[in-house]
Amino acid sequence: MVKFKKITLLFPAAFVVLGFFLGGLILSAANSLPSPTYARMFADPEVRAAFVFTLSLTALATALSALCGTATALLLHNLARGSYILRTFLQIPLSMPHLAAAFILLSLIAPSGLISRLFVSVPEDFPILVGDAFGIGILMAYVLKETPFIATVVLATLARTGDELDSVAKNLGASRWQRFRHVTLPIIAPATLFSSLFVFAYVFGAFEIPYILGRQYPTVLAIVANRKFAATDLGERPEAFAIAVAMTIVAAVLAWFFLRLGQKQGESEKPLLF
Amino acid sequence: MNIASRKHSQYAVVVVFGIVALTPFLLLGISSIAANWRFPSVLPSEFTLRAWSYLGSSASGVLPSVGNSVGIAFIVTILAVLISLPAARVLALNRFRGKRVIMFLLILPILSPSFAVASGSHALSLRYGLADSLAGVIASHLVPTIPYCVLLLIGSFTRLDTDFEDQARSLGASPLAVFRHVTFPAIAPGMAIAAAFAFLISWSQYLTTLFVGGGKIQTLPLTLVSFQRSSDDAVTAALTLTFALPAVIIFMVVAGFFKNES
Repeated sequence: MVKFKKITLLFPAAFVVLGFFLGGLILSAANSLPSPTYARMFADPEVRAAFVFTLSLTALATALSALCGTATALLLHNLARGSYILRTFLQIPLSMPHLAAAFILLSLIAPSGLISRLFVSVPEDFPILVGDAFGIGILMAYVLKETPFIATVVLATLARTGDELDSVAKNLGASRWQRFRHVTLPIIAPATLFSSLFVFAYVFGAFEIPYILGRQYPTVLAIVANRKFAATDLGERPEAFAIAVAMTIVAAVLAWFFLRLGQKQGESEKPLLF
Repeated sequence: MNIASRKHSQYAVVVVFGIVALTPFLLLGISSIAANWRFPSVLPSEFTLRAWSYLGSSASGVLPSVGNSVGIAFIVTILAVLISLPAARVLALNRFRGKRVIMFLLILPILSPSFAVASGSHALSLRYGLADSLAGVIASHLVPTIPYCVLLLIGSFTRLDTDFEDQARSLGASPLAVFRHVTFPAIAPGMAIAAAFAFLISWSQYLTTLFVGGGKIQTLPLTLVSFQRSSDDAVTAALTLTFALPAVIIFMVVAGFFKNES
């Protein structure tokens, strides 16, 4: 009887999410099945190039954001702990929509953008940072946007743990580096990993920033999928759905890791999320 | 490091972060009222309100877009929080078989590519006649927002001490009264953050609205992207500001209003 009640309480949320998401996923999978779509997708040079491009972009963006974000969190924790203004300033890039961030960065780093005007006399002299073959502008946008995110998560963890362990270590004669490596690092490592996983999953599947700051080729998987979806040749649509399904499988693997990490956290202390 | 230099460092850090955080809005604002601000001028010399009056005019179609964005985000927020509350409570306070699976299914939409979610929602909305409709767009926005709300509220409910509720009930309070006077005050901060997130996510949705709305339902992200091609810098800047500012302000107000420990 109690079990029935529990499921009823979960039902609206479950129905909406499961229904729309899973149902949509199943329909996508169904739409992707006619003809040897998956074989075609794996052999498609455009998809392959996009996969390599997406993976390297995502790995680089995540690594850089994790590094900068963790460093920022440590800096803020040591220098400006509990500063309400600083927390407010950090919330601004967090709540800035990705699309808006892309447009702002575009106006800054485009060849005729603001930064170029400060340094060169003709737009052609400025290095190409948007619509380039390496996705430098895209990378910059992600690092600028995700560093505050990772910093916030790590900062929250740092704020939760007191200074006692560090003080004890200091009293026992540990050097700065030793304290960092054996006291601070184990504390922030889960938070960094947790938020980095999230960033990785997001960047891997993201559409908006590469759409505004990137070019047609090479580009990310999401844009390739979108192009095939909207192509005039409807025969390309199944492949778009196949890409969506494949990317969701990647996301599922990441979700599994995410859950494992979250549970390990949950067992040792309060949930990591807020 | 002594106290004085530490204070200086703290000031420096705050100032630097302040500049980085606020400069985008300054730039957008200046660009939106600048006339003919092109390469190589670092600062505009003439100013005009042309871009803003164009945005407000019926010719641009921006105002209906703003209305749609606000209305949709508002409804999505209310629905998402309401639907997430019972689910979060059950997940936070109970252990049961299949909990892991449900948590996995809740996290998956958040981590999945927006294209997958959007195309899936599109296929589904076509099947059930929700395509090109406001209801369809709202329903599809619930997919990325509910998981966030549930996860955030789980945190709130985990911290909730159910003993207080039991005491109130044993004293004769009705379930509604218990919620109003015991539960709600305890989870209000979490609800506020969840609402802020839901609003922000719905406000920023692009592909989902594009696919399910079929271009008939115009929201700010869609309008912004279509305006980018016009290469009118001032109008694009004004529109970006119109898009970014409410999101940031609403989030900060709601999250800041109920600030607890972090």
